[in-house]
Amino acid sequence: MAATQKYDEVEVGQEIPPVDYPVRRVNLVMYAGASGDFNQIHWNERFAKMVGLPDVIAHGMYTMAQAGRFVTDWAGDPGAVVDFGVRFSSMVVVPDDDQGATITVSGVVEEKLDDGQVVVGLTARSGDARVLSKARAVVRLA
Amino acid sequence: MALNRDFVGRSYASSTPYEVSRVKIREFAAAIGDDNPIYHDKAAAQAAGHPDVVAPPTFPIVFSLRSGGEALADPDLGLNFAMVVHGEQRFEYARPVYAGDELVTTATITDIRTAGRNELLTVRSDVTTVAGEPVCTTYNTIVERGGAA
Repeated sequence: MAATQKYDEVEVGQEIPPVDYPVRRVNLVMYAGASGDFNQIHWNERFAKMVGLPDVIAHGMYTMAQAGRFVTDWAGDPGAVVDFGVRFSSMVVVPDDDQGATITVSGVVEEKLDDGQVVVGLTARSGDARVLSKARAVVRLA
Repeated sequence: MALNRDFVGRSYASSTPYEVSRVKIREFAAAIGDDNPIYHDKAAAQAAGHPDVVAPPTFPIVFSLRSGGEALADPDLGLNFAMVVHGEQRFEYARPVYAGDELVTTATITDIRTAGRNELLTVRSDVTTVAGEPVCTTYNTIVERGGAA
């Protein structure tokens, strides 16, 4: 359980710099296979449009996984995450081109708890949209 | 169509344990684009103080909804899957999930409510080892678009 980020060196209000995570159609196909979520809105443009969506959209869980990666990379250990929750506030639309979409995640230390744990507030954007809201993780630091 | 509120409070236990494998963790980590060696390499995980490779924080989505899935597919609930998107998700950990874990899940429909034109349904999944050790609790809220219209 060796987080590399040290509790004593972290301050409330401290910002964690943004990281860009690309998402292309191939990522959604891989995620569908790995997660077992084969909902057609995540890979079939014809179906997505038929049910009123602008295009294929990323799995919410793919976006959440990128926010999780942001937190575990910062903390230094995936085992350090004690609690992780999000609300999916907007869709990540993934066009069928070489660019795809980009999810940009940033964070801020919102609170230091007593037992070596901190609360990290997360922001995730894609284009002009805020794609996660109420996104926060409780992480146990070194 | 409005969802059937009679389903609130119903629980569904997994019929067989889910065996967490190193191969599946590696596949999931690759799918989310995360090359952290603690997901891919047992030696690296052990060097960081873990018994085996660790699953990414969102990994329990792979198995935690299986037992509840049967309920969501029940025609009496009235859920139109084509209109479903994910609303909220939370993972609360007692400890990380490791390769080698054999996990059982009890899923409970805790809430069905209307928000505007949509129907929202929340499933809580309590995940333990086969020996009964608590591992994590997940909360999954799905949105049926237009379900309340």
